Amino acid sequence: MVMPLRKIAEDPCYQALVARRARFTWALSGVMLVVFFGYILVIAFNKELLARPIGDHSTTWGIPVGLGVILVAILLTGIYVRRAKRDFDPAARALVEKYTSE
Amino acid sequence: MSQISKLALVVLLVTASAAALAEAIDGTIKPRSPNWAAIIMFGCFVLVTLGVTRWAALKTKTTADFYTAGGGITGFQNGLAIAGDYMSAASFLGISAQIFADGYDGLIYSTGFLVGWPIILFLLAERLRNLGRYTFADVVAFRFAQRPVRLFGAFSTLAVVLFYMIAQMVGAGQLIKLLFGLPYEYAVMIVGALMTAYVLFGGMIATTWVQIIKAILLLGCATVMAIAVMASFGFSLDALFARAVEVKTALASAEGMSQPEATARGASIMAPGNFIKDPVSAISFGMALMFGTAGLPHILMRFFTVPDAQAARNSVFWATGWIGYFYVLTFVIGFGAIVMVATDPTFLDSTGGLRGGGNMAAIHLAQAIGGDLFLGFVCAVAFATILAVVAGLTLAGASAVSHDVYASLIRKGNTSSDDELRVSRVTVVGLAAVAIILGILFQKQNVAFMVSLAFALAASGNFPVLLLSLLWKGCTTRGVVWGGMTGVLLALGLTVLSPTIWVNVLGHAEAVYPYTSPTIFSMPLAFVTIWVVSVLDRGSRAVVDRAGYLEQRVRAETGIGAATATSH
Repeated sequence: MVMPLRKIAEDPCYQALVARRARFTWALSGVMLVVFFGYILVIAFNKELLARPIGDHSTTWGIPVGLGVILVAILLTGIYVRRAKRDFDPAARALVEKYTSE
Repeated sequence: MSQISKLALVVLLVTASAAALAEAIDGTIKPRSPNWAAIIMFGCFVLVTLGVTRWAALKTKTTADFYTAGGGITGFQNGLAIAGDYMSAASFLGISAQIFADGYDGLIYSTGFLVGWPIILFLLAERLRNLGRYTFADVVAFRFAQRPVRLFGAFSTLAVVLFYMIAQMVGAGQLIKLLFGLPYEYAVMIVGALMTAYVLFGGMIATTWVQIIKAILLLGCATVMAIAVMASFGFSLDALFARAVEVKTALASAEGMSQPEATARGASIMAPGNFIKDPVSAISFGMALMFGTAGLPHILMRFFTVPDAQAARNSVFWATGWIGYFYVLTFVIGFGAIVMVATDPTFLDSTGGLRGGGNMAAIHLAQAIGGDLFLGFVCAVAFATILAVVAGLTLAGASAVSHDVYASLIRKGNTSSDDELRVSRVTVVGLAAVAIILGILFQKQNVAFMVSLAFALAASGNFPVLLLSLLWKGCTTRGVVWGGMTGVLLALGLTVLSPTIWVNVLGHAEAVYPYTSPTIFSMPLAFVTIWVVSVLDRGSRAVVDRAGYLEQRVRAETGIGAATATSH
């Protein structure tokens, strides 16, 4: 079966889905870029900030910050998967069904 | 497939006899004497994986089976396989060794290796699955002229695969020489022979399951090690760090440092140190790791093994979780090694260094924790790790040659599945031979350098090309090819002019390019070149390229017309 791809491209539902997903994925990518390159820049320009111990512990601020970058990466993928399943998948499915039944 | 059982027997006999031989004749270099527990456990791994290969060989009938396991791998399985493909022995042994030596700096590496994954998920994974069949060049060439784009794809795939492969082969040779007491050349040949068996007979199905088994083994043994370390400090990270600082301080004063110097040395393991020298190199290196991950052909290929975009998405989620968890474990393992290995004279040589070289920190820790038996297990897992990674690389290289060059270019799509399969199998054998030869030739090369070069090439070529072809309407065939080639060649050129090659290898007094990583220049220049060439492109093909974007976008966003899984 041939899908009317050009007609779908003009469908407001399609355009809304694409815009919504683009906003969301670029925002999440932006968060990851800022977090990681922020971390790298702190290391490049102000190592002492991360060398400071937390209270009177041996653990320095660098530890939670570094492990935090790892955690942020995992959390961001989780957030995206959740939103995609709840919002983008049903919208895309509805779109495909609409043009399949025609 | 009785060839496989015979091969298994031969490999076992060669391993065992070569180990005994090395013990008998090698008086000068003195590798570790053969560890029989390790050899037996490695033998079990080989038998199980060859059994899997035999099973996979029966199911591998078409090119779709061979390249992508027929698209029948679930998201969870693929997540584990991706983790198995990505967590190399270099990261397990290398990062824990770096933490053992310098403490905190190893964590910077780990974060860099992980942060590319969310970017792959947000921008690439689902689109790749919706548009491609076998190789990432399928996706780039979707609306462009096939010939030039696929030629570029095959070229950059082979460049990345070869540098990555040299790193793995050299690492494998050195590691196995130390672990099993085998001569370097034998070790490289055994890795080459086994990976050929997996890929040649079992294709992507066998490769996937070897990677899954390896991922489970590696995650399992790293978990046991980290728990054992934490248990001896009452599960307090802070206590572990405190003791590690004490150990490093004591070692520094034993080397004759004054008290304040020794205290500073001890405290230095808790903070970023000399790993990052200047801001430009730091950012450049960060870019190579982050965006290079998103351009590795053997990783991108894994998204074609799942049935649909949802599964592709889930596989990145699982992979990111497993890989991130693994890096947290290596951090604990590295600090555990400082405390439990650096203080134990049985693990040190006469000069106070680690027996068997710096990379052995995690291996010695295994012995400190669980004795010879656990040591043997960890050695076998390290070997399995290398095998799984080289199998994935070989398959990516072979598919670039047989699918992009042979089937699409030479035969212009007029080829039968059997025909294409034959070419990819010949390529597999050829690639294995090249890998073995290069592995032996580059024996003395710095492994970490080769890996970072592979990441720099992927970040400068494949990533910009893929991103703009997917997201920018104005992108044209010419832009993609010129931009991609610019990125790859510039990354290579700047690397030759950098201190590592220009000064250390070629012996010039001063490097022309002073930074350690080329990516900060080569990647943006690739983007700019694609943009400029595309905008100025007035050819008739450019009109077709731009007109094709609308339909490509709809397919990428909705999954309409995506290649479907073959049922198994």
